[in-house]
Amino acid sequence: MRAVITVIGKDKKGIIAGVSGELAAVGVNILDISQTTLQEYFAMIMLVDMADATLGVPAIQKKLDIKGKQLEMQIKIQREDIFNAMHEI
Amino acid sequence: MSAMINKENILETIRMIQDENLDIRTITMAISLFDCADPDGPRARQKIRNKILTLAGHLVAVGQEIESEFGIPIVNKRIAVTPISLIAGATSEDNYVEFARTLDLAAKEVGVDFIGGFSALVHKGLTKGDRILIDSLPAALAATDVVCSSINVGTTRAGLNMTVIKDMGHIIKEISRLTADKNSIGCAKLTVFANAVEDNPFMAGAFTGIGEPECAINVGISGPGVIRAAVEKARGETFDVLADTIKRMAFKITRVGQLVAQEASQRLQVSSGIVDLSLAPTPRPGDSIANILEEMGLESCGTHGTTAALALLTDSIKKGGLMACSHAGGLSGAFIPVSEDAGMVEAVKKGSISIDKLEAMTSVCSVGLDMILIPGDTPAETISAIIADEAAIGMINSKTTSVRIIPVYGKKAGDEVEYGGLLGKATVMSVNPFSSKEFIQRSGRIPAPIHSFRN
Repeated sequence: MRAVITVIGKDKKGIIAGVSGELAAVGVNILDISQTTLQEYFAMIMLVDMADATLGVPAIQKKLDIKGKQLEMQIKIQREDIFNAMHEI
Repeated sequence: MSAMINKENILETIRMIQDENLDIRTITMAISLFDCADPDGPRARQKIRNKILTLAGHLVAVGQEIESEFGIPIVNKRIAVTPISLIAGATSEDNYVEFARTLDLAAKEVGVDFIGGFSALVHKGLTKGDRILIDSLPAALAATDVVCSSINVGTTRAGLNMTVIKDMGHIIKEISRLTADKNSIGCAKLTVFANAVEDNPFMAGAFTGIGEPECAINVGISGPGVIRAAVEKARGETFDVLADTIKRMAFKITRVGQLVAQEASQRLQVSSGIVDLSLAPTPRPGDSIANILEEMGLESCGTHGTTAALALLTDSIKKGGLMACSHAGGLSGAFIPVSEDAGMVEAVKKGSISIDKLEAMTSVCSVGLDMILIPGDTPAETISAIIADEAAIGMINSKTTSVRIIPVYGKKAGDEVEYGGLLGKATVMSVNPFSSKEFIQRSGRIPAPIHSFRN
């Protein structure tokens, strides 16, 4: 199963390191990273593979919430299916 | 980037959920209670309780799992059962309040928000069970918290049962009186239908029809905020562009509904039912149907042009939604409840919308007069006449219509009443002061319309 992680907030140092460290610890493999600006905000989008993940999406979300507080960023993990469903015919 | 979905699309989804209140309004588990019928009342109720606990025991947990994994809020988890008049009718009991209590307790035990199906289908006439259920309504709705009821009083095929419509005026007044201490909230749990559908996931009118499977998941989408934002971007464009904009957005919203329906039915191992394309507002700011109509260029919802705007909205949602899911069903259109929609509440306060305009609007959207507060001293016959008007629109136009009206005990036109939660708050609206008494007292049936004879 694949998931999409979005990290949105003011740009700062250590975002990729912080988030990818969290993901490595729970066996989540990063497949692709992309970034863009969203009005005045920085948005990072990661596509990840959950095949070897040691935790499920809800538990990983909890860890990312904590990390997000530290980084003052909003971090969300969602199964890829919701984006495919909405944007592909 | 080949493996990755377009990042604009990802951010659009995030924005829809976070800023524009995109959510799934409800996953509703439809449960057939036919095998719970029993001549012994307590045994029938035991069977009903057991069946609900067995099938819906994990409904709330699964709903929360899906919310978390897909990052989309699911506002309500609900249950809809076979019309209780059909099940309780097998007993020799002469009062069905205990059946309502059983539903209430079972629903609370599994943690759902509402349970619908304390219902009777009486469009042509009443069975013994139907009569008892209707007579039990005031006490049943006063004695329970999460039980919802619906009575089908007419169809295009059968015409209107005016005798029952006459009774419903009195029943609604009695419910209002019995729940006077809570601003007559009992009336918010009862809807009076014409052409009721068997797979509706929305309350108060959800029940599981006789053609439905043993157990199924039906999903009701939401998303007025998303549509409003899309309409805002089409400001100044032609109606052609406007219709297309809404259609595209409805497709996306419905796709989420379809995904949730699929996941929920798989995880609960029950049939996948339908996705109801209805756009359902909530009292939250930005989650209003009225605001969409205003965004189209109307100064205030209810002014001239509102019916046309609503017709365009409803039709565009259907067109976008139908392509997005394999089985659409339920009511599928746009809801225009008053108290549950902050924009409608505002329109009532400003005097830009009346019951008469709302009635006209119901001829082009799904369902009908919904969550409308009227003075507590409104005569029963006037309430019956409002139901008759609405049912006539449904019967003649081969569509579902409903009336969920609350004569608020002790309140008069202009008073404000607060219910809280999804039911919201609203101003009491005035009704036509002239009498409909002699008309309603005729009783009998209004015959089926000519166009129902299609065979």
